[in-house]
Amino acid sequence: MTTFDTLHDDIAADAIRRTQGRRSRVASTLRRVPPGLALSWFILATVFLWAVAPSLFTGYNPLEGVGGAQLKRPSAEHLLGTDALGRDLYARIVHGAVHSLTGAFVAVGLGLIVGTGLGVVAGSVRRRFDDAIMRLVDVFLSIPPLLLSLSIIILLGFGTVNAAIAVGVTSVAGFARLARAEVVRVRRSDYVEAAFGSGGTFASVLWRHILPNSLTSVLAFASLQFGSAVLQISTLGFLGYGAPPPTPEWGLLIAEGRNYISTAWWLTTAPGVVVVLVVLAANRVSQSFGKTAA
Amino acid sequence: MTVIPQQVSPVLEVEGLCIAYGDGTAERRAVHDVSFSINPGEVVALVGESGSGKTTTAQSIIGLLAANGRVERGSIKLNGTDIARWTDRQLETVRGARISLVPQDPGNSLNPVKTIGAQVGEIFRIHGALRPDGIDDRVISLLARVGLSEPALRARQYPHELSGGMRQRVLIAIAIALKPQLIIADEPTSALDVTVQKRILDLIDELRAEYGTAVLLVTHDLSVAADRADRIVVLKDGRIQEQGAASVVLAAPRSPYTRQLLAAAPSFASAVSRPGASWAASGVHDDIVVVDGLVREFAGEGKSRFRAVDDLSFRVRRGSTHAIVGESGSGKTTTIRSIVGFDKPTAGRIEIDGTDLSRLVGEDLRQFRRKIQFVYQNPYGSLDPRQSILQIVAEPLLNFSRLKRSDREEKARAILSRVGLPEDAVARRPHALSGGQRQRVAIARALVLDPQVLVLDEAVSALDVSVQARILALLQELQSDLGLTYLFVSHDLAVVRQISDTVSVLRDGRLVDGGVVSDVFEHPSGDYTRELINAIPGQGPRAAA
Amino acid sequence: MSAYLLNRVGQALFVLWAAFTISFVLLQAMPGDAILIKFQNPDLGLTAQQVAEIRASYAADSPILVQYVQTIGKFLTGDFGYSVQAGVPVNSLLAAHLPATLKLATLGFLLASVLAILIAFLSSLTPFTWLRGVLQSVPSLFISIPTFWLGIMLIQIFSFRLKLVPVINPGPWQELILPVFALAVPISAPLAQVLVRNIDDVLTRPFVGVARAKGANRHWILWRHVAKNALLPTLTIAGVLFGELIAGAVVTETVFGLNGIGGLTERAVGSQDAAVLQAIVVLSALAFVIINLVVDLLYPVLDPRLRTKVGVAA
Repeated sequence: MTTFDTLHDDIAADAIRRTQGRRSRVASTLRRVPPGLALSWFILATVFLWAVAPSLFTGYNPLEGVGGAQLKRPSAEHLLGTDALGRDLYARIVHGAVHSLTGAFVAVGLGLIVGTGLGVVAGSVRRRFDDAIMRLVDVFLSIPPLLLSLSIIILLGFGTVNAAIAVGVTSVAGFARLARAEVVRVRRSDYVEAAFGSGGTFASVLWRHILPNSLTSVLAFASLQFGSAVLQISTLGFLGYGAPPPTPEWGLLIAEGRNYISTAWWLTTAPGVVVVLVVLAANRVSQSFGKTAA
Repeated sequence: MTVIPQQVSPVLEVEGLCIAYGDGTAERRAVHDVSFSINPGEVVALVGESGSGKTTTAQSIIGLLAANGRVERGSIKLNGTDIARWTDRQLETVRGARISLVPQDPGNSLNPVKTIGAQVGEIFRIHGALRPDGIDDRVISLLARVGLSEPALRARQYPHELSGGMRQRVLIAIAIALKPQLIIADEPTSALDVTVQKRILDLIDELRAEYGTAVLLVTHDLSVAADRADRIVVLKDGRIQEQGAASVVLAAPRSPYTRQLLAAAPSFASAVSRPGASWAASGVHDDIVVVDGLVREFAGEGKSRFRAVDDLSFRVRRGSTHAIVGESGSGKTTTIRSIVGFDKPTAGRIEIDGTDLSRLVGEDLRQFRRKIQFVYQNPYGSLDPRQSILQIVAEPLLNFSRLKRSDREEKARAILSRVGLPEDAVARRPHALSGGQRQRVAIARALVLDPQVLVLDEAVSALDVSVQARILALLQELQSDLGLTYLFVSHDLAVVRQISDTVSVLRDGRLVDGGVVSDVFEHPSGDYTRELINAIPGQGPRAAA
Repeated sequence: MSAYLLNRVGQALFVLWAAFTISFVLLQAMPGDAILIKFQNPDLGLTAQQVAEIRASYAADSPILVQYVQTIGKFLTGDFGYSVQAGVPVNSLLAAHLPATLKLATLGFLLASVLAILIAFLSSLTPFTWLRGVLQSVPSLFISIPTFWLGIMLIQIFSFRLKLVPVINPGPWQELILPVFALAVPISAPLAQVLVRNIDDVLTRPFVGVARAKGANRHWILWRHVAKNALLPTLTIAGVLFGELIAGAVVTETVFGLNGIGGLTERAVGSQDAAVLQAIVVLSALAFVIINLVVDLLYPVLDPRLRTKVGVAA
């Protein structure tokens, strides 16, 4: 064995030791995660994979039925049964994930960016602008969210993205309120005054202290809104204002299954359970964010 | 010292008490093998710094440990009966009736939505001690007994309508209502102003003598214990360091920890003469801070204006320490906030090192901040929790100089080691540091810009007495090395006497006394200054006796 | 106090006006409109000329600002315009549909309050940790259930499986049992969450420790010290709950085929009947504003801290 080899082996051994160290640290962190939280992450990850690569999970076509396989009960062949056109329900749910998830992301993104922007501006600027922005927020809060969504849908028309925008607009006011309250809270703290006292300019204090300290709870709120957005988008889908059939959007799946409520219980039950699990998981994860932020 | 006859059995006997707190997985013991006893009519003080287990011990006696706390071993005997393992239901008959509590924080210790009368009367209803129609009269006479004016009116008022001192009197009325054998007073005055503190402690003393009730006084303040207690139990890290008659413990402490506490406590009687005092007579005038006719008004109810600071003037010599003394609401905080430029005065002139502050705005004001720096009272709130210690201390340099990153960090490290912060703390975040260490960081941040004036707003009040002594020593050292001028705001006259050259005594926004410290304190010209000085604990009857 | 009241009423009026304007911009200024949807239908066989005449009769082609001023004037006199789809005044539509919704919403809200209070106080009183855990996780489950799905599940289980509640020709109260329950669940969740949090929060306050030191037991403390302190702040979410109640009513009425404002809303959106939807939006905003006004004025009456602002000096 040459010197080079021994040297190489040493480095390799060192690297292995280092990864092992890291692995055991990861393992110990994992062990400290409560089981409910771990399960929540698992659910969200699964649904995310459904949205990204549905074909990994099911071989059935979500849009075309299998002849002679109409309204079959859940079985080994069709995990969650089939609908009136013989389409595999599991496949439709898996392929529907992308609609619910993108919808929720668009909705939360819209609320997060516009709402937080407004809130941060309101919390940072002078009284008069602050008052103007917050009055506007009050107005948006005065219209019940669903009615606001419906008004926007009338304006924009039906569809997945339009429904997502409609849901996102309703969360703008909430984000703005929270972001402003957080900015105002952080601005009152001694360390922000101390930063001004040690010569910080407004921009530098905002960037270094106010934003990082106020956005943690905004992010926790965003993840809470994610679950709520999934719920609202499925509601709009159910009412028929989201994606048109035969799109396998979850709310729409439940609406379609309604016609067979007395004969095919699985058509309404399964998609609803999926929605409940996703929303529960998102809320649980957001709760854990809130804790680390506090 | 009276010798207690053997046949008198103690009200309370604590023996071999061990208490642990669990956090779900592991248990941590907070009190180790603590034993002491209290005789009828006696005052025993549990003295210790934060984390000493004094409050835990007191809570266990009345059965109010936090939910995760547990008595592991030992006994708590009330008149010979062990109550350490009693259920809540059993303890409910004892609480309030035989052992009562005067809590720490009168501000939050009364239910905000119930009247004072209802809350005092409640204790009779819980124990069925009086016929319902007799309760109201009894409540009013109790409120009168604890020294509240217009007791009938007070009984109809809500807690927010009363001052802190009045609320503590109400809580004392509740504690004595059923003439218990033992009152646990858990830091009963630490949230109150010094003159109010004295009156409350006097009241507890008086009621103890009248009712023959024993008192367990829990306090961090050795001088309060010295004034009020017959016997003292000194705790540290959950272990008894020493116990004995107050006069013996104070005069001839046996444990090193008690000696350290005694040395650290700023005692009013043993003030050292400051070296700076010599220039007072030298006649050289070099005033770095000049405050002239300062007025600050705030909008009050309706159109009225509230004057927080009213025509205040004083001067501070370069290189000296000037103390601003006053109780809450005296305007001391408003004054110094104007001096560092956080607040614009309504009228008057403030000059720092020849610069008139009132004309400064924008960039000029920002540049001015290099001259004068501020250290906050609460080291938990004044450091950004998301920054590392190094970032915190280097940030002022980033604001002003064009130094390279490495140079900034080098300077920050140098100043951090100068204030005595361990090297390995530099990369941590504030929450990983103790209160004293955090205050060192705050001082380092203030000094990194090489300011001339340092304004310290109650900078040591939140710290334990031994930590406080070390920070004060550091400040003195930095002053003599760097020629700093200090503006030192405090409510603690003993500390002020120890470290300052000149002083301004404020009351209701006005200057009531001022000048060289030894003059003001030895020959106070105003009644208020005299009252403040008399209220300082550590010179009371028991310690003197 | 009177200056405060005036200021508060002024704010409320501003919010109402702004809500009207926003809904007008969203709904009346939209490109696609109900008239075209209804009358361009080839089955009706109307010529372009006739459609234009109909449009003129609805003043659909006058400048937007003129329409705005006209509409606001009509709203102020209580005239909410004409439903294009139903061909009747919006007022009579509302009058016909409101009672059913009021009945549903009132019962739903009452049941929700009972559920929330039961969950919150039972979880605080129970001596069993496991039961406490179960009870406290109920609101987060409730909040995650889509209302429409819950309604369908209730029908499936109670009407089809257990055959407890008839679906065909139910009595006037029978038909309300399931909808009221479906509506109460999502409303009770935020209420219970706020209550549980408030109770936990109040229990850590020092005055509770003082009450225990007086010798008070758990029940005494919960009812005489904690209850009022914990219930008061729930008033502040009254407005939010009202929004939830509206959303819940729309969905439940759709699922259960009830003929109320919710069903009306759903049909108005489907046929882009803007006048109807705008009337509903503005009326909801009005209700929201009134609720918040009442809460603001009621709060000082219930909370002594806000009654007297000046403290008495020591």
